Amino acid sequence: MIRLPYYPGCAVQTTARNYSISGVAIAEKLGIELVELPKWNCCGVFPFLANDDIMRHLAPIRNLIHVQEMNEKGIVQNENRVVTFCSMCYHTLKEANLFLKDPEKKEKTDIFFEREKEFVGGVKEGYKGGVEALDFLEVLKDIVGYDKIAEEVKKPLKGLKVAPYYGCLVLRPREIGIDDPENPTILENILEALGAEVIDNPNRIQCCGSYHTVDRRDIVAELTYDNLIYPVRSGAEVIVTCCPLCTFNLDFRQKDAGKLHRDLQEIPVMYYTQLMAIALGLDKQFYGVDLGLHYVDPKPLLEAKNLY
Amino acid sequence: MNLAEKVRSISGEDVLSCYQCGLCSGSCPVRFAMDLSPTQVVRLVQVGNIEKIFESNTFWICSTCFSCYARCPRKINITKIMEALRQIRLRRDQDKIALSDIPKEELKILPPIALVSNFRKTTA
Amino acid sequence: MSQEKKEETKKVQIYIMGREYQVPAGLTIMKAMEYAGYRFVRSCGCRGGFCGACATVYRVKGDYKLRMALACQETVEDGMYISQIPFTPAEKPIYDLEKLGPSANVFLQYYPEIAKCVSCNTCTKACPQDLEVMDYVQAALRGDFEEVASLSFDCISCGLCAVRCPTELVPYNIALLARRLYGKYVMPKAKHVEERIKEIESGKFNEELQKLMEASVDDLKEVYETREIEPE
Repeated sequence: MIRLPYYPGCAVQTTARNYSISGVAIAEKLGIELVELPKWNCCGVFPFLANDDIMRHLAPIRNLIHVQEMNEKGIVQNENRVVTFCSMCYHTLKEANLFLKDPEKKEKTDIFFEREKEFVGGVKEGYKGGVEALDFLEVLKDIVGYDKIAEEVKKPLKGLKVAPYYGCLVLRPREIGIDDPENPTILENILEALGAEVIDNPNRIQCCGSYHTVDRRDIVAELTYDNLIYPVRSGAEVIVTCCPLCTFNLDFRQKDAGKLHRDLQEIPVMYYTQLMAIALGLDKQFYGVDLGLHYVDPKPLLEAKNLY
Repeated sequence: MNLAEKVRSISGEDVLSCYQCGLCSGSCPVRFAMDLSPTQVVRLVQVGNIEKIFESNTFWICSTCFSCYARCPRKINITKIMEALRQIRLRRDQDKIALSDIPKEELKILPPIALVSNFRKTTA
Repeated sequence: MSQEKKEETKKVQIYIMGREYQVPAGLTIMKAMEYAGYRFVRSCGCRGGFCGACATVYRVKGDYKLRMALACQETVEDGMYISQIPFTPAEKPIYDLEKLGPSANVFLQYYPEIAKCVSCNTCTKACPQDLEVMDYVQAALRGDFEEVASLSFDCISCGLCAVRCPTELVPYNIALLARRLYGKYVMPKAKHVEERIKEIESGKFNEELQKLMEASVDDLKEVYETREIEPE
């Protein structure tokens, strides 16, 4: 067992519980114990892209400090990696280190945290640097390996036509992305290791509309149609995702998209971890399909394919 | 500091190196909903006509997907320019959206990350 | 004269809303203000640090830091600039606890602005009760109402966190919702309370209550003064 600090983030604790329930279970199956940070806060979701206003840059750095504290308290030994499932959390945690490369910004945040020491609940030490954010996809690719995944498959996803969708934040910008930003292959490789039939999705790296889902659902509806129609036409039966916000938009906004474009038929959207839980032969409770978190219910498809 | 200098300082981007190839606009997934293209916005920052940008919806429509930056041959982080423009507006305490307009049924199902990211981009 | 007596008469200089006063050292801010001639009609309640009515902000000469305190708890210092915050304007949404399930987004439904929290920790720094306010706001964001209830147990709703929050949240109202949910869905039901409610509903105390309602002010005063007080 490899013990790795684990940053859940708000989404996988709430609307994307199906992601973390399946993810933590398959990690354990593959020899990775995810140890939740004893204390954590929202990562900020997007890195704040302005050079000034240090306050809005603090959230992810705080979490990196909590990883540091885990080492100091001996919860993990010399482990400076922190794993996330959510693409947005991964992105902000990773970006925080890049932001702090600028000595002037580093100094400003250090001063901020230095002043916090005297307060109850404040961090006791500033960020020393060196904590590395890992997306769980990277754990699967680099620590576990595709071969090991293939070896562990108990119930191959034979005949299941899956179309991967990456979204933006695990790929772009280049200095943060976990794969080739124009032609990523991690999801494809994992899905092939599980025995599924991968359907090409030309829009798999396109934006899902992101936070516009709150106030501009019209924009998200257009993008949802655009992102789903090609794989649907190519015969895909399920869309496979890695980000809770992409998943919400691709799944729940099908309702809006279907109203605008009558030719869009409903298609279930699942996290790659859910399909892995099925393929690795885990207990049904770890599929996360019974929690009422899907808009398009994937169960009929799974039943039809003898996977449920 | 005039507005154009402010955009450059908040974003930290060297807009003058842009040669207007248009790749950012071609890559932008939400261009269809913008009234000015990202390329036009960069040009307006170059010539210092920020007021004209503020008349457009472009910087609010940007969804921070980094497609423009990933493809820009001059490595200009246009996403950061959009953030700087939003910030200049928000720092005058002009919220783009009213939280009270979001229906309760939506708040029940929206992922927290949708709200956090939206409010960080649209409220002061 | 004894040493003790001398200590008592030592004076400090404070500024109440900008005006200078000499007050005896060792007084609380509240008592010092009364010494200076103020009479409290707002911003004062229990005088024991429990009600949260006397939220106060101050600075001390020579220090840039803005400090927060309860006037009934904090002792005056030489060079204090004092101002009180008798009331915090705050949105208080109406919800029906009976209809409100402990769902993950329960806080976001009524207080969507919690999603604006940037984890700057200013609220925690402001809290005169030394609560980890930012941590409970963050727990609310992820729907963990048990954690919110536990972290905010000692909150007295003084409002200082809400005054200081740069993203304009009202943490204490969020915490109140959490403790209500906790009381409804998690805390074991107190049997004696249920029994007493039954007694009330069956009309056991109606006669006694009626007597009190019809009593004159003087009679009420006497009842109050001769009431039974449980030994400490």
